[in-house]
Amino acid sequence: MILLVDLCFEKNSLSKYEFVLPIEDTLKHAGAMCDILHYTEICNDKLERCDKIILCGTALKNNAFAMNLKSFSWINGFAKPILGICAGMQVIAYVYGGSIITSKSIGLETIEIIRETYLFGVPRKIEGYHLHSCGVTLPREFELLAGTKNKAEAFKHHSQPIYGIIFHPEVRNKWILERFIKI
Amino acid sequence: MKLGVLFSGGKDSVFACYRAMEKNQVVCLITMISENPDSYMFHTPNIRQTNLQAEAIGIPLIPWSTLGEKEKELVDLRNAIIVARNRFGIQGIVTGAVESIYQAARIQKICCDLDMWCFNPLWQINQIEYLYTLYSLGFKVLITGVFAYPFDASWVGAILVEEKIKKLEKLQQEYKINPSGEGGEFETFVLDGPIFRKRIEIIKASKSYENFRGHFILNETHLVDK
Repeated sequence: MILLVDLCFEKNSLSKYEFVLPIEDTLKHAGAMCDILHYTEICNDKLERCDKIILCGTALKNNAFAMNLKSFSWINGFAKPILGICAGMQVIAYVYGGSIITSKSIGLETIEIIRETYLFGVPRKIEGYHLHSCGVTLPREFELLAGTKNKAEAFKHHSQPIYGIIFHPEVRNKWILERFIKI
Repeated sequence: MKLGVLFSGGKDSVFACYRAMEKNQVVCLITMISENPDSYMFHTPNIRQTNLQAEAIGIPLIPWSTLGEKEKELVDLRNAIIVARNRFGIQGIVTGAVESIYQAARIQKICCDLDMWCFNPLWQINQIEYLYTLYSLGFKVLITGVFAYPFDASWVGAILVEEKIKKLEKLQQEYKINPSGEGGEFETFVLDGPIFRKRIEIIKASKSYENFRGHFILNETHLVDK
């Protein structure tokens, strides 16, 4: 079971339709079981029962999650695969000692995959949908998978299956979510 | 949160309004009236009938004219949103965008620039499931225009019922059409639904069709108690 963590400004918000349910729909159509939990409701029981976690993105104007970054301390030391999308990537970066920096992007942009992994495949250029006002600096234990050091598009922990993507794979790049199911 | 809905009168903006009303306070509808029939952003058939829909739903409407020239119409949209914010105190905008990155990204940029929320509750929705949801919730969706092969004259002026949704599902498989019509294959107008206090009755309409292009123009309509 994949646990989708909702980072929207409140539980069951209007943003959930836009940032959480499209990911759930993609995973379900690919045959995965999902559960959804708002980040304020995370508990040990739910973390133990899931196989993987996806930290979903949120609206451009939402910074409530960034005011509550202590709520995500469970990520450090969590041994199962995690994929952070947009705001989710920012949370992972913060927990592992990176910084959340101002970096605005809205719309389709070319992304350069620079390192081969199962999740992204071989190095090449793809197009991805961006919707963020902040980006991240690369934490020390992470390697860059796509983009540049100053504009990280995707990263991975050097030894754990923990990934971050600043663009939204649920738009135009659903194959990334489908591959994450198999990690 | 007080919200304004970008409202074309078609199924997507009406359903987005329905979703927004479930979670937040929708205090106004904004209709862009484009003088360009090929507008990139705003659809045009029967657009002036949105005032009747707004009355039926019971939410004030801000109609806003635009010449509908590419990119310039975005300046008009921005101005309409500013007026809505000043008049109704809205903190965010709701759109009925489903797949169009072109449309969604431009509205996101305007909202970001104005430091406002932007909500797209239909974003990336499974389109066939969405059409069945509309039908099962009681939205009466009229097809007011078709603009692509293989839509024949029987679609023009038809109501989106289960049989039509099944046909759209088939056309999606056979011709790769966008089943919710976001690719411009067809346009709709909503006559009734769960957020309508009154329903719209058509008194007089005119239909035209030729070469896979057809229009169903609402010439005379009125509100009827439910």
